[in-house]
Amino acid sequence: MSGRTLYDKLWAEHEVRRNDDGTSLIYIDRHLVHEVTSPQAFEGLRLAGRRPWRSGAVLAVPDHNVPTTARGAGIADPVSRLQVETLDRNCAEFGITEFTMDDPRQGIVHVIGPEEGATLPGMTVVCGDSHTSTHGALGALAFGIGTSEVEHVLATQCLVLQKSRNMRVTVDGTLAEGVSAKDLVLAIIGAIGTAGGTGHAIEFAGEAVRALSIEGRMTVCNMAIEAGARAGMVAVDEKTIEYLRGRPYAPKGELWEQAVASWRSLHSDADAVFDREICLDAGRIAPQVTWGTSPEMVTDIEGRVPRPAEEADPVRRRDLERALEYMGLKGGEAIADIRPDKVFIGSCTNARIEDLRAAAAVVRGYRLADNISLAMVVPGSGLVKRQAEAEGLDRIFREAGFEWREPGCSMCLAMNADRLAPGERCASTSNRNFEGRQGKGGRTHLVSPAMAAAAAVAGRFVDVRHWDYR
Amino acid sequence: MEKFERLDGLVVPLDRANVDTDAIIPKQFLKSVQRSGFGPNLFDEWRYLDHGEPGMDPASRRPNPDFVLNQPRYQGASILLARDNFGCGSSREHAVWALLDYGIRVVIAPSFADIFYSNCFKNGVLPITLDAATVDRLFRSVEAQPGYRLIVDLVRQRITLPDGEEIAFEIDAFRRDCLLAGLDEIGLTLQHADEIRAYEERRRREAPWLFVDL
Repeated sequence: MSGRTLYDKLWAEHEVRRNDDGTSLIYIDRHLVHEVTSPQAFEGLRLAGRRPWRSGAVLAVPDHNVPTTARGAGIADPVSRLQVETLDRNCAEFGITEFTMDDPRQGIVHVIGPEEGATLPGMTVVCGDSHTSTHGALGALAFGIGTSEVEHVLATQCLVLQKSRNMRVTVDGTLAEGVSAKDLVLAIIGAIGTAGGTGHAIEFAGEAVRALSIEGRMTVCNMAIEAGARAGMVAVDEKTIEYLRGRPYAPKGELWEQAVASWRSLHSDADAVFDREICLDAGRIAPQVTWGTSPEMVTDIEGRVPRPAEEADPVRRRDLERALEYMGLKGGEAIADIRPDKVFIGSCTNARIEDLRAAAAVVRGYRLADNISLAMVVPGSGLVKRQAEAEGLDRIFREAGFEWREPGCSMCLAMNADRLAPGERCASTSNRNFEGRQGKGGRTHLVSPAMAAAAAVAGRFVDVRHWDYR
Repeated sequence: MEKFERLDGLVVPLDRANVDTDAIIPKQFLKSVQRSGFGPNLFDEWRYLDHGEPGMDPASRRPNPDFVLNQPRYQGASILLARDNFGCGSSREHAVWALLDYGIRVVIAPSFADIFYSNCFKNGVLPITLDAATVDRLFRSVEAQPGYRLIVDLVRQRITLPDGEEIAFEIDAFRRDCLLAGLDEIGLTLQHADEIRAYEERRRREAPWLFVDL
């Protein structure tokens, strides 16, 4: 019998029962909840007269609708306000721990989970949010669910699931200076496509992945869903353990020792067999920039926007033409000639302290280019913000002309007041460049924090590998 | 959940790949705390020329005449024909609620994104995966024949074309049964409450740190 993959192990440990039809009842250790995908689930519980199975396993936080400007005045939009208040009420009624909008620990759900040690290796982690795959960076099985499943987990602490297939993406070699986890994952998506991981759980492995910090691994796993995979994960190593040591909700004392001993087995066996294997060479990856309306529409900073005439497949050609029309591009432009109007540094992909440090290092001593009408930094959590301020990063950004905001999802999906106007072009560290994602008619180019910062200063996309750091 | 057995419905074609859930229901409509009322805003940014916000009267909007859902021949459609990777992106179940609220009960595509696919079954919407060549053929037929209808029979797992040809489709047994019976999945899981408790007891001994309440 061949060995087991990390995913096989996590799956087996959480199987409560196997049903005759091949599905399994899978136990969920940690349930993260935010205001957008939960109100109908709580309402469902109430209508059925049910209570949460284990309210102590749930952590809630409002993040999508919260304003990123001063919070004192509350939320101006009454519909957004109602949604956040509904979360507050539901958590109070059902005894669920919530970091409310004015809590210093509030932030994007996928930033605060690991930051608080509330998501741990070996756990099953779910949230009504597709970017839940982020937590897989800790060696957890973490995936996004719909609202009906949110209700199912609240009521039963379980989900009925069909096991996915195993896929491994191995990235060997070393990333060049200035090339980050974001570039790595965009290059992976460019290679396998946005449906490349559909039906699979992806394990990210290889020298270049092991060399990433935990924050970097979170960036990679975060975008597993952009490659179609519900779950992405990285094996536990010493970095994982050191990252979690001393976190508020991480186990303490004897429990910590016991947990760590167990976590050390959270890797694929050497003889494990994957249904699909992809290999990339990190040394060949340059800073990435998306040019279209799907994350797979990506090239590097030395590249050009493709020409529809060169696409043979008619369905793809039509999609390409439509994407370029939306993006206000003709095809054939050099990426380095594209000039953004706005810059957004934030989101569950890239709003951790390491991301802000990388961006600040580029910005230090420079000013925003004249064509940049707005550049904003939205830290991933209150604690990230506080840490950045302690390091003086906020000053670097402010002095360059950036706005320094309060934590939340912000312009990644523009549910709050932060959004693009029609036709505006944005260099964004977020995860989706879909039509209308950052505002109706808004044009998104996905990049790393360092690349976004460099674009803000240069007024166009530039190769941050050759940046003149001050 | 409304059950699904058989549907005889008009087909509307949406000829583009990678239709994401942001396109199906834009973010400003996710602020609702209800499950219903999303239909008028299905594909809002493609369907209207003006910018939509929650609470707007659909009658006051400017429809985009080029968008398929606005074409007279497709009014009343309950079957959506789509391309690869339909429903990719965000996990928002509002996307399925919007399709359902509009009147779509079946989506046919060569492939679906995982979370969207799973969300469909929780709401009485049947996603059918057919090979790309068959989907392509259906696209051509729909365009060529106004009033093109299909009969979708979940019990027999067959789609019947207007000329009587039948196309079989695959679907896993648990999901099919839930859809056929309109079953409450939570109720089904709670029938195994004792097994869940036994599992928790065992895991509490093996991995007690997982059971420390927040």
